[in-house]
Amino acid sequence: MTSLLNVEDLVKNFGGLTAVSDVNMHLDDDELVALIGPNGAGKTTLFNLLTGVIVPSSGSITFRGTDGTISLNGMKAYKIANLGMARTFQNIRLFKELSVLDNVLIAMTAHYKEDFFQSVFRLPRFYKTESQIRKEAIELLKIFELQNDLDKLAKNLPYGIQRRLEIVRGLAMKPKVLFLDEPAAGMNPEETADLTRLIRQVQRDFHITVLLIEHDMSLVMNLASRIYVLDHGSLLAEGTPTEIQQNKAVIKAYLGEEA
Amino acid sequence: MTTLFQQLINGLSLGSIYALLALGYTMVYGIIKLINFAHGDIYMLGAFWGYYTINYWHFNFIFALLSAMVVCAASGVIIEYFAYRPLRHAPRITALITAIGVSYFLENGMSYLYGADTRDFPQVIKQVNYNLWGVRVSNIQILILVTACLLMILLQLIIKKTKMGRAMRAVSVDPDAAELVGININQTISFTFALGSSMAGAAGVLIGLYYNSIDPLMGMTPGIKAFVAAVVGGIGSVPGASLGGFLIGLLETAVQSIGLSAYKDAAVYLVLIIILLVLPSGIFGKNVKEKV
Repeated sequence: MTSLLNVEDLVKNFGGLTAVSDVNMHLDDDELVALIGPNGAGKTTLFNLLTGVIVPSSGSITFRGTDGTISLNGMKAYKIANLGMARTFQNIRLFKELSVLDNVLIAMTAHYKEDFFQSVFRLPRFYKTESQIRKEAIELLKIFELQNDLDKLAKNLPYGIQRRLEIVRGLAMKPKVLFLDEPAAGMNPEETADLTRLIRQVQRDFHITVLLIEHDMSLVMNLASRIYVLDHGSLLAEGTPTEIQQNKAVIKAYLGEEA
Repeated sequence: MTTLFQQLINGLSLGSIYALLALGYTMVYGIIKLINFAHGDIYMLGAFWGYYTINYWHFNFIFALLSAMVVCAASGVIIEYFAYRPLRHAPRITALITAIGVSYFLENGMSYLYGADTRDFPQVIKQVNYNLWGVRVSNIQILILVTACLLMILLQLIIKKTKMGRAMRAVSVDPDAAELVGININQTISFTFALGSSMAGAAGVLIGLYYNSIDPLMGMTPGIKAFVAAVVGGIGSVPGASLGGFLIGLLETAVQSIGLSAYKDAAVYLVLIIILLVLPSGIFGKNVKEKV
């Protein structure tokens, strides 16, 4: 069985700057992998490459779909999203002017069929699909304790809750892989612990693969089964949390040369 | 008192035409932040389509209206595809100037192909005037008001309740995030143009019926007035555009009724200047503060 997501010799140049160079990585089913590295190491750029926001300069990204392996190189971002790749953003990108419920319903767009005339003229079948997807959305919001904020505008939610809503929105896309870009950024230790528990629960209950970028090492070491370390655009190390903690090169990249 | 009601009726029927047009401006602005100056010319295309199909193919009113909406929707989509889509990531001023170019292209193209003279719009519905307590109301005014209101309700339902409407709102708030939750941006933008242009097409047929005369440059002034209406209501806001349209219609008839017909256009532009000075984001507009 091939990996769910396979990255081979991935390179991204911005003019003369190589942001990502020769990265090889793979994600298997149902695993929780972390991507760490100092600021400016190219982590978010790698996320952008994987989700189709930017196009790789060279190398390949392949995804095991329902019917065979698909190359994601140069594929439109919305198509990649609909294949089952969802993400959150380092700086929250919710639909701020829309309600919490709408934020989730929009993410479900690709997953239900709608008859235009049924919707416009409010025929019975419209109410059936509408109530069904609403129910599904609310079910999802309940897991994250957001069921009481359905009609609030996303921008009016507290920061930590907005981060949660972004994860719900990602899950509403029924993803196979969920990319979390610094989900604990700006959270206090208590909130981080809460989030850690939640991510583990989601990953287990929804049977999805999670790749997360995070600076909070307690979260990373607690959650990840494997860790990739990125530095200056290239992979520095790969391994289990214990292996990474003892890796000389990693310690050097983070803390500098031993005196 | 009777005069007041008479002007109210006249103002509302004219206003509903502006409202239909303003909706197209506001929706397109909402989704790609472009003032589509060619929008008034789509309305002209709608009127000409009505004129030809009624005269030569003997369409009835309903059929002329619906087919004009379909044809205008298609023209809107084609214009977006060829003129605006290649400029999606260009500076906004580039697309704006292109829109002015498209407007001239349509106006002069129609003049070249079919002649610049004014034509009588066929009276597909016989005008009947009713006298209600001294107020004269024609069946065409009622028809315009009812059709416009129906279309606006329909539009509101599409935006608020359908999947495509949800996608439109998502794209207007954050296009990049919308794409990453699996929304096809190009398709959504095309749909918005189709929707806005079909409203303009309907307005074109209705105005033909109301004023009885059409010409290739008929879209210029109403186009700009509808733009003013959209700004008054708060550009980007759908209910704002409807309200703005009615307000501009009422203002214009009010100015006419006090004997200042020659200044009715000036009055509308004066309102634009005042609104931009005291309430730049319009009645329902959001006050967007630029962060430094």
